[in-house]
Order: sequence, then structure tokens, then C-alpha cells
Amino acid sequence: MYKFFGKYVPYLFLVPALVLLGIFFFIPFVQTLGLSFYDYSENLYNPVFAGLGNYFTVFKDPVFIKVLLNTFVFLVVVVPFLTIFPLFLAILVNQKLRGMKLYKVLIYLPVVVSIVVCAIAFKWIYAEHGIFNYFLSVFGLNPVGWLTDTRYSLFSVALVTIWKGIGYYMVIYLAALMSVPEELYEACEIDGANSWQKHLTVTVPHLIPTIALVSTISAISAMKVFAEIYVMTKGGPLNSSKTIVYYIYERAFENLDLGMASAMAVILLVIVLILSAINIFCFERDKYRI
Amino acid sequence: MKIKPVLSHILLITVSILSVFPFLWLISTSLKGGAENIFAYPPNFIPQDFTLENYTGVWAKVDFLKYFFNSAVVAFFTVILNLLFSSMAAYPLARMEFKGKRIAFFAILATIMIPFQAVMLPVYLIILNLNLIDTAGPIQGYLGLILPFAVSAFGIFLMRQAFLSIPKEMEEAAIIDGCNSIQIFFKVLLPMVKPTLAILAIFTFIGSWGEFLWPSIVLSEEKMFTLPVGINNLQGIFSSNWRYIAAGSVISIIPIIVFFLSLQRYFITGQNEGAVKG
Repeated sequence: MYKFFGKYVPYLFLVPALVLLGIFFFIPFVQTLGLSFYDYSENLYNPVFAGLGNYFTVFKDPVFIKVLLNTFVFLVVVVPFLTIFPLFLAILVNQKLRGMKLYKVLIYLPVVVSIVVCAIAFKWIYAEHGIFNYFLSVFGLNPVGWLTDTRYSLFSVALVTIWKGIGYYMVIYLAALMSVPEELYEACEIDGANSWQKHLTVTVPHLIPTIALVSTISAISAMKVFAEIYVMTKGGPLNSSKTIVYYIYERAFENLDLGMASAMAVILLVIVLILSAINIFCFERDKYRI
Repeated sequence: MKIKPVLSHILLITVSILSVFPFLWLISTSLKGGAENIFAYPPNFIPQDFTLENYTGVWAKVDFLKYFFNSAVVAFFTVILNLLFSSMAAYPLARMEFKGKRIAFFAILATIMIPFQAVMLPVYLIILNLNLIDTAGPIQGYLGLILPFAVSAFGIFLMRQAFLSIPKEMEEAAIIDGCNSIQIFFKVLLPMVKPTLAILAIFTFIGSWGEFLWPSIVLSEEKMFTLPVGINNLQGIFSSNWRYIAAGSVISIIPIIVFFLSLQRYFITGQNEGAVKG
């Protein structure tokens, strides 16, 4: 029996994964491209070929322009913070002092808790008579509509994304810190550098590949932000906290405008594809070498 | 290489408190009775009118056990299928030479770059066509939740790395003993990559347990809700009753906190170096 299967063995092992990836990634990928060329806005059951029509519609849609801008602002806020702050924390928590394990556990906790509960917890903090407005009142400031004011809603959502991501990236840095050779620090010590100088001259240069990796993967996951927005603001008020995945969701599943949703999905796909390609071919090359 | 210990502790204590504060504040609110103003300024961190009534109240109105059960079924099968299919696909990619290997390799690599969010609409249409939705029955509903995440390119590459690190001599010895490829896979290679399987299992579990986007798209029947969908739904049921919403949220995170604390070394020691997911 084994002899019979002999030369087919590699294929037999690959079949389940390839079939599933085919059904749930490749076919949908092709369908997304296909759907984006059809206009569903007039009649859901009888779409008409529209060529690049949906793409023109999308870029003429002021909401989409707003959404793209929001997504960009979201990235600009979230990515630098999630790239730098966890590195700083990893350096702190990597010291041989008491209680470091406890700090790591507490800082990592938000990573494992469902984003829905995290968003609800922050919604409560952001409430009109919530904790944040209490702190403002302590300083004699007027209350702020953290989630209900168009000026703040996007940043309030971004804070939740940052808060939930810190532990995750800290651990990535912790793993990388283990590979920094101890001798480099000793050499630095002889030169009389203080601890911050040591980290700036030894740790940071040594971790450049990891810093680059963290910045791209945090950018990819920021591009995909959805649940925080769904739970806290539904993209509002006045689209002020709406980002691309939320708008695709809204167009596809609430307005049933499949063509326009797919055109936006293709745009999302292109952006994430570029970020992932940078990541795979520059920073994680060894892992993906055939 | 030491930063001043006192300064380190002060900074880390501050960050630790900020990390858990939102949860502590939910717990505090969930323990406050009707006689206490939950919007009081200054806020009371220690409940003045201590009660467990919010817990009994929300437990009586919402079928948490059903949500737990649904989440557990979905997470369990998602993990099992991922472990099996990812390691199966990784084995020939790491260990065999065959026609079409490069095509398979790059096809899988390509799916790592496709975000689910960009293809979710066709995936939903496919699931509808296969009738794998909750209105067709619980089994179909579960399958619709599980199958799109039953294998991931990320998992395949993680397992491939693990197989690559095993010395070839192990297999050669097994072949001399008369093992075939299938026996080598199950009896020799899989036991040697147990630590990586554990990491894949844990991260797949966390992802599946917390997943919100996909279940919120496919689920329409309340009895099929997973925990995140059910908890989000509390906001609709109890509109502004924050005592109940807080109590329900706290109930929902107990299992994952226990899971995390009992397996914390896998999360925080940096053993999961390979488990970086974009």
C-alpha cells in the first residue's frame, strides 16, 4: 500500500492545506478582483459590467477619501508608538531585577483579552461622566466627547489599539534582545558610557532589523483595524473614526454594494500586499527561503 | 547595562497599572449596587454599595454557558485542524523534493500576504453557497466559523521552520528501521516538534477565542453566538446599564485569563520568537 502511494506522498500531505487555502483565499481573491468590475448598486441580482467604474466611483466618493485619510492618520499615530515604546519597555523589563516577570504578565494581559471586551472597557472610561473626563475636571478643564466629538474619536480608538498592542511587540523585542552579545556592553562600559548611552549605541543598532519588522507588522495590523471601531463608534460621528476595513464592511454587508466594496477591498489588498512583501523579502527572509 | 533600579520600577509599575486599569475599573463597576452612583466624581474604586447582584442578574438573562460552549467548540476544532493540516503541509515542504514544490511554496507564501479583510465578502458568498451558516443548523454553523481558519500559511511556515531544524539523521535511522514517510511523520517528526506545536496551538486558540469580525458577519442566531459576539450584543440588550455590561464582560474574560496565567511562560519568555504574525 505504501509503495502504491510512494511518489504521491508529498501531494497527499499538502492536499488538505492547499484545498482550504484555495477555497478560502485564492478563489475569494480572484472573486474580489472580478466583483470589483461589476456594478451592483442598481440591482443586486443583476449586476452590470462596469469596467473600472467602481474604482472611479470610489475615488470620487468623499466618504472614501475621508476614510483613506483616517486610515493614514491612524497608521501615523499607532505605528511609531507601537514601534518605539515597546522597545523601551523591553529594555527596562529585560534587566535582572525583582518582579520583572510580574510586569511582563501584566503588560501582556491586554493582548490575550478579546478586543471586544477591551473596547467595552475603554468605552466606559471614555463615557461622558467617565474617568477621563474626571481627570480633566480635576485640572479644571471641560469634559470632552472622547468618542462623540469628530476631533477626538479617531485618536480615542487609536489609543485602544496602542494599549492592546504594547505587550505583543514588547515580547518580540525581548526575544531579539537575547541575541545582543554581552561583550558589546562590556566594551561600552570600559569606554565609560552610562546606561542610556549604552542602549543607544549598542542595543538600538543591533535591533534595527527587529525595529523594521515591528514597524511593518504593526502597520499591517493597523490597516486591518475593525473591532475597536465597530464596538466603540461604528465609524462615527460623521465618519470621523471610519477606517478602510470598517467602510468595506459597511458597504458590503449593510449597503450590499458588492462592487464598490470589492473595489475598496482591492485597494486594501494592494496596500497590505506591499507592506507584507517588504516584510517577507526584507526582514524575514530566512524564514521564507525555499 | 543597568538602568537605575528605582526608576525602572517606577516606570514599570506605572505601565503595568495602566495595562490592567481598564479591567479593574470594569470589575469595580460590576460590583456596585443600585444605591451607588457609578458616575460619581471623584470615582470610587472600592465599591461603596458592594453587591454581586449584577452578576446573578446578567447570568440569569444571558446564556453565557452557551456562548462559552460555542466559543470552545470553534476554538477547539480550529486549533486541532490547524495543528494537523499545517504540520502535514509543512512536512513535504521542509523534507522532500518533488515536482511542483516551488509552486506550492510560493502559493502558500502568497496567501500569507492576502489579508482576510480584503477577501471576506467572497468568503461569505462561498460559505452561503456551501450552506455553512447557522440558520441551516448548528453543525453547519460551526463549520462556517471553523473552516475559513482551519489552516493558515503562517502556521505552515512556523511548522516548516521546526521541521527544518531536525537533523536528517533522525529520518535516515527511521528509514533503516523500515519506517515509511507516513510513519516517519507521525512517529518520528511530530513528537520532536511538540514545543512548536504547543506555540501554534496557543496562538491559534487566542486568535480564535477573540475573533470578532468573521463571526459577526456569519452569525445571525443568538444561540450560535461566540463570546465576543455575545458580549458586544450586551450593549444592545442592556443599553446603558453599565453595571450589567461590566459584569458580563468580566464573566467573559475569566477563562482566557486563567488560560493565560497557567501558560504564561509560552507568551512572555520570548520562546515564541517564530510566532510573529502580521
